Amino acid sequence: MTSVTMTVNGKAVTKDIEPRMLLSTFLREELGLTGTHVGCDTSQCGCCVVHADGDSVKACTALAVQFDGASVTTIEGLAQNGTLHPMQEAFRDNHGLQCGFCTTGMIMSSVDLVKKAKEQGITIDEHYVREGLEGNICRCTGYHNIVKAVLAGAQSM
Amino acid sequence: MATNGIGTPVKRKEDLRFITGSGRYTDDIHVPNQAYACFVRSPHAHATIGAIDTSAAAAMPGVLGIFTGEDVAADGLGGLICGWMVKSKDGSPMKAGPHPILAHGKARYVGDHVAVVVAETFEQARDAAEAITVDYGVLPAAVDVAKAHDSGVDIHADIPNNLVYDWEIGDKAATDAAFAQAAHVTRVDLVNNRLVPNPMEPRAAIGHYEFGTDSFTLYTTSQNPHVARLVISAFVGIAPEHKLTVVAPDVGGGFGSKIFIYAEECVALWASRKLRRPVKWTSDRTEAFLSDAHGRDHVSVAEMAMDQNGNFLALRVNTKANMGAYLSTFASCIPTYLYATLLAGQYKTPAIYCDVQAYYTNTAPVDAYRGAGRPEATYLIETLVEECGKEMGLDPAEIRRRNFIPKDAFPYQTPVALQYDTGDYEPCLDKALELADYAGFPARRSQSEAKGKLRGIGFSAYIEACGIAPSAVIGSLGAGVGLWESAKVRFSHTGKVQVLTGTHSHGQGHETTFAQVVAEKLGVAYEDVDVIHGDTSKTTVGMGTYGSRSLAVGGEALVKACDKIVAKGKKIAAHLLEAAEQDIVFQDGNFSVAGTDKSKSIGEIVFAALVPHNYPAGLEPGMEETAYYDPANFTYPSGVYICEVEVDPDSGVTEIQSFTAVDDFGNVVNPMIVEGQVHGGLAQGIGQALFENAVYDESGQLLSASYMDYTMPRADDLPSFVVHTTAGTACTHNSLGVKGCGEAGAIGSPPAVMNAIADAIGTRVSMPATPEKVWRALQKTNLAKAAE
Ligand code: FES
Ligand code: FES
Repeated sequence: MTSVTMTVNGKAVTKDIEPRMLLSTFLREELGLTGTHVGCDTSQCGCCVVHADGDSVKACTALAVQFDGASVTTIEGLAQNGTLHPMQEAFRDNHGLQCGFCTTGMIMSSVDLVKKAKEQGITIDEHYVREGLEGNICRCTGYHNIVKAVLAGAQSM
Repeated sequence: MATNGIGTPVKRKEDLRFITGSGRYTDDIHVPNQAYACFVRSPHAHATIGAIDTSAAAAMPGVLGIFTGEDVAADGLGGLICGWMVKSKDGSPMKAGPHPILAHGKARYVGDHVAVVVAETFEQARDAAEAITVDYGVLPAAVDVAKAHDSGVDIHADIPNNLVYDWEIGDKAATDAAFAQAAHVTRVDLVNNRLVPNPMEPRAAIGHYEFGTDSFTLYTTSQNPHVARLVISAFVGIAPEHKLTVVAPDVGGGFGSKIFIYAEECVALWASRKLRRPVKWTSDRTEAFLSDAHGRDHVSVAEMAMDQNGNFLALRVNTKANMGAYLSTFASCIPTYLYATLLAGQYKTPAIYCDVQAYYTNTAPVDAYRGAGRPEATYLIETLVEECGKEMGLDPAEIRRRNFIPKDAFPYQTPVALQYDTGDYEPCLDKALELADYAGFPARRSQSEAKGKLRGIGFSAYIEACGIAPSAVIGSLGAGVGLWESAKVRFSHTGKVQVLTGTHSHGQGHETTFAQVVAEKLGVAYEDVDVIHGDTSKTTVGMGTYGSRSLAVGGEALVKACDKIVAKGKKIAAHLLEAAEQDIVFQDGNFSVAGTDKSKSIGEIVFAALVPHNYPAGLEPGMEETAYYDPANFTYPSGVYICEVEVDPDSGVTEIQSFTAVDDFGNVVNPMIVEGQVHGGLAQGIGQALFENAVYDESGQLLSASYMDYTMPRADDLPSFVVHTTAGTACTHNSLGVKGCGEAGAIGSPPAVMNAIADAIGTRVSMPATPEKVWRALQKTNLAKAAE
């Protein structure tokens, strides 16, 4: 067992865990934050994406101990003071989700994608969004409405 | 009309929980004191199971129990069943081998469940599972369906040549006679490649036996919880039906693969009883690849006989269908009643004959996957028709137009059992030609050529049969269940409505669509309707969701329940308004006396029913009505899809330039949701055509068992689609006039893509059209040209 401390959605947490515990397991099982989904075990599907110290991370293939001292945001921490993040609203408004399983990771990835583009002055168009979401698989939507949602979310972010 | 009623693109009720991460999928559920299961799976495709040494594992930390097929047999449990009995040509019943919930004596595919370990934590269960040694006697494997008959391998005892059934449909004599008269015959040899459904949520199950009440709860990722309850109680025999609750909470996609009853969920429930602890199992992705039921896997020969003008005279088809190592829950009906009955397509071909041989192989079970049989039929016909056009020198639109069933021929009896109630195919074709700018294609092709690229355009005109029914008919064809649906509408004192449906939503948005139907029918606010599904202890009974049946069958049951509410409301209104019952009219949520301004709102009527202080004598209090609906026929959505591709001859890479889908779904309740369904289907169909393939090697190892080896379509592989739902022809036998839209995209798109590639490169490749295959095909054509 080893002790890890991190800030998750603004709250400090310390837990004794097995060193082999994945970040996704830590969030889901130790903290009960089940919005971070696990769709694969190979870092391919992006269902588990969270933000750590401002970058998106696939939590299914990272060890929790690697994030000792980090600040982690999960989908549960995205809405602020009861107000949905514009990207969450955009997904709802554009029917960018069906079963909802990929959705939490998709939204976390999209938020980071748009944020990075804005920081770097990149034009956010359909091509940029499609390439940028290559690490997130959705089996339901055919991506059509996800792309629409991200473009709309980018407008209001 | 209700503001959020039928026909409006209402935003989905279910989305708030999904976008905030508060959805509740099976793996999110924690039952206090739960233990964790890990399966030992066969590494061999075909092997005898000798001694299983569990001693080291049993002594490991946290291990609570280890069970094998011997324990299942000792407890006298039955096995999983295939619920549809198909008869061979000679009248003999299909040969169904036993399907135990833990393999007994023999393992029949890589991933077959040989033992299970239950421990305090998942990691402990997995560590212990790795410490179990199994004495396997490796046997030769039969993998390829085309060779299964003569493989010399017997997968199940007493089933010669692995043949499950040899089935036929249509008029062989008439078909052969037409071929003898034909001016031209076009033939294609086709492989419909094997796919892994891949819902993003892996399967999971929590079995929970409670000793004090001797009752069982199974939380599971299911598309039809009531049928799971039936199979687990009546056939596997783990729990009596009235003591078993099956809960399928939020489910992260199914696409067919979660219709079926699987070994793991049965084992979790059974192990829970044995250990008196809740037992949870969650699949990892590789387990999902190995053990979720796969889809498609047909090898076919198809021939079309034509007169000199390209009019279809007869169609002859032979198909070999891979069933995998065991018959999954509905496996047998897919390559028969859901495939061969659709071979008429949109065409008035007078004679059709098809025979199908289904085989066991040492691969994962194959069952329904999005479209189930209909994509296989459509791929076959629409490839053949395209080739017919080419060989007859006819434009792809023209060969289709010439052979379409004409508008005035409906209802149309096909030569392969089905009767299409309604349809009108030319307007879809015209609209698709317009939206795809077919006229502008030659110019676009020239532009591509100027860049050194090959451009092609491909068509597909599909038909599907949705809302499977009627029960009497499917019963006569071998189905073990009735395929009606149930709905209950329940008012509370304050006029709020709970709808309980026997269907199940795993992404389709029933909570929204069904609420729209109720809002429209009863004139209540959309916000006041809550839709409950997926819990056998709450909903009356039902048959679940697949085959685009939810609205056409379940929605119609809901309408009938609303009708009963209105009928009862009229009695109450007549009493309160002191009028005759036949003078009460119900409209927009108000019961009024015809020709007067006397009226009562539905809320007042409901209140009177629940607080019956002034109430008709003899009428039961309460406002809660249940209805069952068994449709008179299938519904027949149809459409025309046009795909335009550009192929890079240097790399063989195909890029989809545009994809146009025009569908006739009859009436539409929520156009936004319907379009979303089409988008998703298109991605899966295009995925089949270009990327996806479940590949077994000759020894039966699954080579594509992860997302690194199985190519899932990603955002940058696909274009934005042009989707158009025409005004359509309403279904004639449900009052909503709806047909079903969930599978259309996956059914119609593969042939459109493959026809476009063939048009671009001048030759056919098999699915998936990987860059390597396309490149090799181009080299071959170039060599042939050079040799000329
Ligand atoms: S679950 Fe992390 S990438 Fe798939
Ligand atoms: S919404 Fe179901 S996987 Fe994306």
